[in-house]
Amino acid sequence: MRARLVGRRAAERRFRLAGAAAIGLAIASLAVLLVSIAWNGLSAFRTTEIRLDVDLAPQALGLPDGLSAADLPAALPGADYRGPLRAALEALFPDATDRRMRRDLSALLSRGASEDVQRALEKNPALLGRRVSLWLPADDEVDLARKGGIARAVPESERRLSDDQLGWIDALRAEGRLRSVFNWRFLTSGDSREPELAGLWGALAGSFLTLVVCLVIVFPLGISAAVYLEEFAPRGRWTDLIEVNINNLAAVPSIVFGLLGLAVFLDVASLPRSTPVVGGMTLALMTLPTIIIAGRAAIQAVPPSIREAARGLGASPLQVVTHHVLPLALPGILTGTIIGMGRALGETAPLLMIGMVAFIVDVPHRFTDAATALPVQIFLWADSPERAFVEKTSGAILVLLGFLVLMNAAAIALRRRFERRW
Amino acid sequence: MTSLLFLLIATLALAGFALGRRRVLASARGGIGERVARPHSLPGYYGWYVALWSGLPGLAVALAWLAFSSPTLDRLTLFGVMGDAPRRGSAEQALFMNDVRNVAYGRAESSDAAVLAAARRFVALRERGVVATTAAALVASLVGAALALRRVAPDFAARVAIEGVVRRALMGSSALAVLVTAGIVFSLIFETARFFAKISPVAFLFGLEWSPQTAIRADQVGSSGAFGAVPIFAGTLMITVIAMLVAVPIGLLSAIHMTFYASPRFRNVAKPALEMLAGVPTVVYGFFAALMVAPVIRSAGEAMGLSVASESALAAGLVMGVMIIPFISSLADDAISAVPLSLRDGSYGLGATRSETIRHVIVPAALPGIAGGVLLAVSRAIGETMIVVMAAGLAANLTANPLEAVTTVTVQIVALLTGDQEFDSAKTLSAFALGLVLFAATLLLNVVALRIVQRYREKYD
Repeated sequence: MRARLVGRRAAERRFRLAGAAAIGLAIASLAVLLVSIAWNGLSAFRTTEIRLDVDLAPQALGLPDGLSAADLPAALPGADYRGPLRAALEALFPDATDRRMRRDLSALLSRGASEDVQRALEKNPALLGRRVSLWLPADDEVDLARKGGIARAVPESERRLSDDQLGWIDALRAEGRLRSVFNWRFLTSGDSREPELAGLWGALAGSFLTLVVCLVIVFPLGISAAVYLEEFAPRGRWTDLIEVNINNLAAVPSIVFGLLGLAVFLDVASLPRSTPVVGGMTLALMTLPTIIIAGRAAIQAVPPSIREAARGLGASPLQVVTHHVLPLALPGILTGTIIGMGRALGETAPLLMIGMVAFIVDVPHRFTDAATALPVQIFLWADSPERAFVEKTSGAILVLLGFLVLMNAAAIALRRRFERRW
Repeated sequence: MTSLLFLLIATLALAGFALGRRRVLASARGGIGERVARPHSLPGYYGWYVALWSGLPGLAVALAWLAFSSPTLDRLTLFGVMGDAPRRGSAEQALFMNDVRNVAYGRAESSDAAVLAAARRFVALRERGVVATTAAALVASLVGAALALRRVAPDFAARVAIEGVVRRALMGSSALAVLVTAGIVFSLIFETARFFAKISPVAFLFGLEWSPQTAIRADQVGSSGAFGAVPIFAGTLMITVIAMLVAVPIGLLSAIHMTFYASPRFRNVAKPALEMLAGVPTVVYGFFAALMVAPVIRSAGEAMGLSVASESALAAGLVMGVMIIPFISSLADDAISAVPLSLRDGSYGLGATRSETIRHVIVPAALPGIAGGVLLAVSRAIGETMIVVMAAGLAANLTANPLEAVTTVTVQIVALLTGDQEFDSAKTLSAFALGLVLFAATLLLNVVALRIVQRYREKYD
């Protein structure tokens, strides 16, 4: 008997340990996920710049002589900036003689450097004809090298950067011509094929417009449906059918809503593809059941005594709802809506179905502009072959998680501030 | 133009509101400042009555224009240039109309005489349509306002009328849920029917080879066009099984430990952490699986001498399992908490340890709820898209080896619809057929889960 007791106690201890281990495993997976994404992604917020002394003589830029100040803005976009930039690099490293070495040297600079010089001239036309020292974006391989992503022990043929290029980078660093700055471009520019120029602003604007459309559709419809089902619906077959439908829709996979959006909004209604309007409508269909269920819970939480007191003072049923029940249920409804919008922000599959897979460079301004959304941008970058896009994708994920944390914190703060205990 | 029209209708409605309100106040006054009759409702309600009667008809006209103008204009334009325009073949017609629209709106230029003629006609028709719609909207609003104003009198129950309208609007928005379901079912069935007209249902549901290449040209090589979906179903099943093997033990044990063994402090940390697992977007999980889990599994497998695909089912299944853990944990928690305390206390009273109580009393009592939760989790795993799109393979592979690459239903739907095939081909229609199967499967699982919970749940007390 005593032996059996020992065995049973041992089994008890093992079971308890198994439970703790299970929770530990789950939390460890979450930690591994977050830490690995942060490890890869935090470096996306810093980028590398090279300081070059560029000779901005009009002849070097290919501009005609004697250009007046009024004609300058029109002429700037057509000027040749790569020439002066290449000359500036070759002045620093005169040992680059043959064609291949000179090409490797100019590959150290990003393609976007030309635009930066153009923008500097547009802001300050007095720079024309002078020799200026500018900090210009470096190519993504240089950036990777500075962040330690290029293994120098590997033979040259298997590396993306040649020995010469690595030598030049070291020389630039020794001369103080290489620096690491906060990567504002990551947050303020649109997408690009070049990793060092790729930014999230287009995706952020697209997500914002899409969520606005979604909210404008789902909030009134969802609350109206919740109010009807809680306050006015008679018990019967029709109401049961509606409730069953809502519960089923809440469990339908999101890609099926994408198929619905494709079939109805794009094919039948011929709305423009890949726009926030269609994306917002599809996400609204997907979020509607969640909002209805959250709204019903919030309305149910208002005690019947409030309703009866209002009726007792002569209010009609609709007045009871609009003047008393809804204002009291509003914090709960808003909390549920914010959480629903957070879920909609992270949804990718329905947006893929309605065409948001294209490479969109311009930042969308109207609801009918072609746009992409933040999770779709993450999906597209994850497919890109350049190694630097791994860092960008992780950085974009950090931005997305940041927004989600913000929205959930807002929902929790709202609930804590306005929740009433009846 | 449309925004101007809406602004006009809104202004008319506002004017109607003011008029209605003033009217009822005036008729309630009657003579020299003395009350003749007390209005039934507050004056604002009469204002709203007139506003609704003038705004809604105008709005209906404007919305009809928005909804039907595009196809109607297209059809009328084509009707007018019948001789020159390409006729049969909806794709050619759609392209032609696209060109016409681009020219008409000044977005592009064309040298095709037919396109230019059609564009001129389009612009003329559109202008006439705009004028007609604006006039119709104005007339509708004015007539509505006039009719409503006539009804305004102190004994008219405006509030009741308004509340009737509002109540019907509320009912309409809840009927929308049914409409959405009907829309999903109808659109999926419609496209699937077009698919089954080209490929037989039996070949689709029971065929063993999935290679959906349809010929774009008649002489194209490699257009086998086999649409047997069994490998896809098998791939979905395998990844789901792997995910469940991860999620069910961890989720169940977590729920049990948190209910019976954990201290409140531990629970305050562990519960939010598990909820965070549920809040991470699936595209993040997919990236994590593709970039970090799959290479680790690959190198581990190769160290052991096994050949592991870079997009193995194991990687996708493991990460999907992690994603589902909070789902199972919270549903199991609900089921376990529903078991009354008396059973627990009775078992303790008979001398059982906590683990024996859990294993022999609590879990069997909560089993229907747990089983329902597992079925719901399976339904979620089947419908999951982003993790498998990023971490699982694209080629249909009928195998039982988790180290090989398989494809799932959702991956195929995404691949078929984000490619560049013409919309009518069997290849893109097969995506809708797969979608219908997915919808039916998840619906069935949800219904069965609900039925199990309802039927087998013990009614205590």
